[in-house]
Amino acid sequence: MIEIKNLTKNFGRLTALNNVNLQLNKGECIALIGPNGCGKTTLIKSILGMVLPEKGEIFFKEKNIKQDIAYKHQIGYMPQIGRYPENMKIGQVIDLIKSIRNAKVATDTTLYDQFLLSGMLEKKMRTLSGGTTQKVSATLAFMFKPEVLILDEPTAGLDPVAAEILKAKITEAKNSGCLILITSHLLSELEDMVTQVIFMQDGFLKFHKNVVDLKADTGKVTIAKSIVHLLKSEEA
Amino acid sequence: MRILKYVVLDILKNKIVIVYAIILALFSWSAFSLEDNSTKGLLTVLNIILLTVPLVSVLFATIYVYNSNEFIELLVSHPVKRSVIWKALFLGMSVSMVVSFIIGAGIPLLIFADAGTALMMIVSGSLLSVIFVAVAFLSGILSRDKAKGIGVSIMLWLYFALLFDGLVLFIFFQFADYPIEKPVVLLSALSPIDLCRILILLRMNISAMMGHTGAIFKDIFGSQLGILLSFILLMLWVFVPFYISLIKFKKKDL
Repeated sequence: MIEIKNLTKNFGRLTALNNVNLQLNKGECIALIGPNGCGKTTLIKSILGMVLPEKGEIFFKEKNIKQDIAYKHQIGYMPQIGRYPENMKIGQVIDLIKSIRNAKVATDTTLYDQFLLSGMLEKKMRTLSGGTTQKVSATLAFMFKPEVLILDEPTAGLDPVAAEILKAKITEAKNSGCLILITSHLLSELEDMVTQVIFMQDGFLKFHKNVVDLKADTGKVTIAKSIVHLLKSEEA
Repeated sequence: MRILKYVVLDILKNKIVIVYAIILALFSWSAFSLEDNSTKGLLTVLNIILLTVPLVSVLFATIYVYNSNEFIELLVSHPVKRSVIWKALFLGMSVSMVVSFIIGAGIPLLIFADAGTALMMIVSGSLLSVIFVAVAFLSGILSRDKAKGIGVSIMLWLYFALLFDGLVLFIFFQFADYPIEKPVVLLSALSPIDLCRILILLRMNISAMMGHTGAIFKDIFGSQLGILLSFILLMLWVFVPFYISLIKFKKKDL
C-alpha cells in the first residue's frame, strides 16, 4: 500500500534518513522502533508530506505522493506532540478538520464519545493538558475511518483508562484491515497488536521483520526481549 | 474556502486590527478637523498613512505568520494543498488589513476630501497594506526564528519609510553633474512607499511636496502615464514578494 524507495533526508549535517526502502501492506500492524533521534518521526512526516526528502520517492497505492495530495484522505495521523492553534476551541478544530475532509465516509465518533469530548468543546486548545490534547489528536486520527493509521507515540501522556480505550480502538482498526504504523518506546504495550517490526538506528533501516520470525531468530518470547537481545548482541 | 473564513475570524479576534482601525480613524478625523483647509489636512493624513500603514501591516503580519505555525502544521497533515494554506493566510491577512484601513482612514477621506483624491488614497493605502503583508510573509518564511523574522521586518520598514528617500537624495547630489534623472526614477520604483507618495501627489498636483523622485517622475511621464506606471509597479510589489514566499513555503519542512 505504501512503498518507500531510497528515501534520504538531511537536516543540515545530520542525516535523519539514509536510503530507506520499505514496503508496507494492507492489514499489517507495524511497530516502528528505535532510539531517540533515529529518524522515526522524520519517516512518518515524509509519508505525510510534511517533510520533503532530498532523494527518493514515496508511493501510496502505486501513486507518487508528490503528484496528488488526495491520498491524505486515507490517512489518519496522530502526532507525537499535537500542536494546535492556541485560540481555537476543541469544537472549532473538529469542525475545521471535518470541513476540510468534507467527510464522505460516515464519521466515526466512538473515541469522541468515549473520551467525553462533547463536554469540553468550548475549551481552548491552549488550556488543555498534554493528555487531553492527545485525546483530541486520537479522535481526529480515527474520525474519518482511514485505511492507514499513523500513530506517533499514541499512548504517551494518556491516563491508563484512555490508553486502554485507544488500544482497543487500534485493535479494532487492525481487525478491519487497516494498515497501522505505530511508534512507541513502551514495547510491552505493542506486544499483542503488532505483526511486524521495523527497527531504525541513526537514519538507517536496520531490519523489517515479521514478529514470528523475529522471535524465532532471537529465541525470545516477547518483542521487547528480542529487541534488547539484538541490541546487546550488536554491542558485543 | 472554509480556511479563509477561519483565518479572518482568528485575526478579528486578535483585536489589534480593531485598535488599528480606531487609531487610524482618530488620526484622520483630527487631522481634517484641525487643519483649516482640506488640502493641508489631506497632506497630514497622507503622511500618517505612508508611515503607519506599512509599519502596522508588516509587523502584525510577520507575527501572525509565526503564530500560524501550529495551524499550518495541523492543516498540512490533512488533504489540503500547501499553496492553498499559504494563499488563504495571505488573503485573510490582506483582507483584514485593508478593511480596517478603509474603515479607519477611508471614511473620513471620503467625507472631507474630493472623491477622486480620496479614492486614489484609499486604493494606494490598501495596496500599501497588501504590499507590506507580502513583505512580512517573505521575511516570515526566510527565517525560522521569530525574533529574527520580526527584526528583518522592522529593518525593511525603516529602510523603505525613512532611509530610502535620503539615499536617493544622496545619490542625486553626488552625481548632480551627470544626467541621471532617468536612473533615479528607476530607483524610486524600488520603494513602494515612494511610489505611493508619487501616485497620490501626481493626482493632487502638488509638485512642491513630491520630493525629488516625484518631480522627475512627473517631468518624464506626465500625470496620466505616471499614475498608471506607478500603479503597475505597486502591483509587482505585491506579487513578487508573495510569489517568492509561496515557493519557499512549498519547500519548507514542517
